[in-house]
Amino acid sequence: MEAAANLSRMGHTVTLIEKSSATGGRLNQWHALFPSRISPRPLLERLKSEISGNVNVILDAEVTGIEKNDDGYVVDMANNRMITADAILLTSGFDIFEAEKKEEYGYGIYENVITSVDLERIFNTGQPLLTVQGRKPSRIGFIHCVGSRDEKAGNFHCSKVCCVTAVKQAIEVKELIPSAEVFLFYMDLRMYGRHFEELYKDAQFKHGIQFIRARLSEAFENEDGTVQIRIEDTLLARPLKMSLDLLVLMVGIQAPKKKGNIIDLVGIQRDTDGFPKLDDPYGMPFRTGIPGIYCAGGITGPKTIDETLTEARAVASEIDAYLTGMPSFSNFESIVIGL
Amino acid sequence: MIDFGYSIKADRQINFDTNSKRMLEFVRTAEPSIDWCMSCGTCSSACTAASITDYSLRRLILSVRRGIESDVLNTVFRCRFCGKCANACPRGVNTRNIIYMMQTAATKILNHETLMH
Amino acid sequence: MKNEGKKRLWQEYQKEIATDNFFYGRSCVRQNFFPGAEQTFLKILRESLNKTVFENPGHTTCTGIGYHCDVVPLNTTMTVVARQFALMTEAGFENFAVSCITSFGLYTEIIETWKHFPETETQTREFLKQATGREFKIPHNLAHASDIIYKLRHEIAAISPYRLVNHITGKPLKVVEHIGCHYSKMFPEKGIGGAEYPYVLAGLAEALGGEVIDYPERRHCCGFGFRQYVIRANRGYSLSCSKKKFDSMEPYKPDVIITNCPGCPYFLDRWQYVVSEMEGKTYGENGHGIPVLTYEELAGITLGYDPWEIGLKTHQVSCEPLLVKMGVAFDPSGKYRGKNNEYLGRPAKPTHLRIDMDAIVLEPSKQPFEVTHD
Repeated sequence: MEAAANLSRMGHTVTLIEKSSATGGRLNQWHALFPSRISPRPLLERLKSEISGNVNVILDAEVTGIEKNDDGYVVDMANNRMITADAILLTSGFDIFEAEKKEEYGYGIYENVITSVDLERIFNTGQPLLTVQGRKPSRIGFIHCVGSRDEKAGNFHCSKVCCVTAVKQAIEVKELIPSAEVFLFYMDLRMYGRHFEELYKDAQFKHGIQFIRARLSEAFENEDGTVQIRIEDTLLARPLKMSLDLLVLMVGIQAPKKKGNIIDLVGIQRDTDGFPKLDDPYGMPFRTGIPGIYCAGGITGPKTIDETLTEARAVASEIDAYLTGMPSFSNFESIVIGL
Repeated sequence: MIDFGYSIKADRQINFDTNSKRMLEFVRTAEPSIDWCMSCGTCSSACTAASITDYSLRRLILSVRRGIESDVLNTVFRCRFCGKCANACPRGVNTRNIIYMMQTAATKILNHETLMH
Repeated sequence: MKNEGKKRLWQEYQKEIATDNFFYGRSCVRQNFFPGAEQTFLKILRESLNKTVFENPGHTTCTGIGYHCDVVPLNTTMTVVARQFALMTEAGFENFAVSCITSFGLYTEIIETWKHFPETETQTREFLKQATGREFKIPHNLAHASDIIYKLRHEIAAISPYRLVNHITGKPLKVVEHIGCHYSKMFPEKGIGGAEYPYVLAGLAEALGGEVIDYPERRHCCGFGFRQYVIRANRGYSLSCSKKKFDSMEPYKPDVIITNCPGCPYFLDRWQYVVSEMEGKTYGENGHGIPVLTYEELAGITLGYDPWEIGLKTHQVSCEPLLVKMGVAFDPSGKYRGKNNEYLGRPAKPTHLRIDMDAIVLEPSKQPFEVTHD
């Protein structure tokens, strides 16, 4: 949306194609943004208002093909719709790791195992946080790096944002249920951003959240529905087992892998981590190498919201330069932003 | 009893559910800064006692959190309160008070007293 | 527990299993621990299900134990395994049925090695030719005997007079299934159900009416391994592994443990006795311990074979409580009788573990030893 608004301001005709029935992507899913825990709604409202009236928005439209012809690009969508463009910006975002793939964690098998995405949704509903059996959980555990830094899961890379998200969610859970014991099971704590380290210290001191350096090998469900976990307390070099009422899996960010996803449709080469191979990752981290086609935001890798918006403005100016440099400048049609 | 020539080995796995956290509560009440500790190990790397014994403040704070009292009872008295750990700690944890509290708790346990301030 | 989640996983880990015309490779040590088990497998397949199972008494150990104990080098093991395959090829078979789980893991490992490193296959063929003059084909289908029983479980259930059900209360019996480590932990895709929720024994138990119970240490190794227990002083390691499993499954009150490896039932059976001598602790009801059966013995009992004939006499933990619960017809005194009804004598009684029919409560209203048909 940010890129669309910027491009429109520069004088171009922009169409925004959205696969679902609302714009905003992942922003719609999150309850509070780290580190200061503000709501994403004001940002979402600002973005929506900036595109209203000047960007053509097509909702419920899944892109099924992109072909090049002499005039530019033709974008095909489901239900036989079609649109042409001089330039295309892909902002279809990242995928979230499917936690079922980590069979030993029991997502989809054990009742009280949920993901961080599920938890964020629960926060959004405003409902009390309860176990499936309807009890108030007295012990909640968060497992870091589910589907990230894990060759067996097919994702070797670090998803960057889950550590700080885990700390944020732990604090939110503790505020919801002050009597609960909250544990975070981490390999490393990647508190890279501004105010992230303070969030970590606050979590420990203000909220009494406990951090145990360990990686979960297997979870198991006891008869009463509680989850028993088997970890090694690495800093003590001893195996440890404990029971939890609720287990939250911090699922990682990955490149789209499903058949028919937009990266493969366009024919962009994949890098070793599955994300699009970038032409010039230092200087121009949104160029795909295919003239007229650009990528920005979560599609190029794990990213925070502020980074995504900055990238949006940068790529808008790059697309503007590309279009104004074209021989048929005065006659250009629309720029399409696909989702 | 038959002598089989071997015996059952003790289970090393820490049973977090059943280990008592009384020592942690005792120390934490007196010195809440124990919660600032992030187990970085700067304290134990500066430590005098750590050079010549197996004393490790980093490990002891973890043992207290896990309810492994034997570690504290066996090693905490090796500290001589030189203060190098408090100097080194990047988070400003009051390590000397924590050690003092752990020693107090250990003494009470060894004298079969209740763990109360 | 959401069973749909498990079922979805089971669908992902399926494999081809042949249903007839097998070349059977026996286990080297299994027949010492459970003499009747392999015979029962052959009887089930040949007599009850009319399948062809061929045996060549000239086959050898696969050298799995030797290989895992580092006393047999890999090249030798590969050549010995190649000879097994050669015997199969010479007899005109393509389906290899493996009795031992370690053999299964070993054959799978060797076939994979040959696939990824073809020079090792060429070398093995040369070695075999030089040493024995034989040639071999890689089996078209390599299946463990428990896979075959799993594949034929519905056929077995259809002709079984008995069920894994308490014949008085009608409640399904609680079954602990213990899979040998070498079955799917090495190659999850070669095991039915994968490594986390293997289904090969669970499927059999469920087809026979039992209820499979899940307990925290389900995936824990029984401690058989190889190299550590060869030396007596190290056996505490193995013993402690099994004990951890027993302590974990105890609250779930299992009626029987079923396994598909030669070593696992041996350890799970014998260690219960050792734990009872060392600590006075018994598992199961009334101090009887939890009976441990191999999958063939289980299938054999439900098919109505005589429990003593299939070798339940040699079990340390008495199987009588299970037989009584299932309503199987048997003669308790047959336990200490051999061929021609000759009395074999009784071994010394364990200090704490109850054996035989000791303290088994029989329902007064029901005739004991009545055969209940489904």
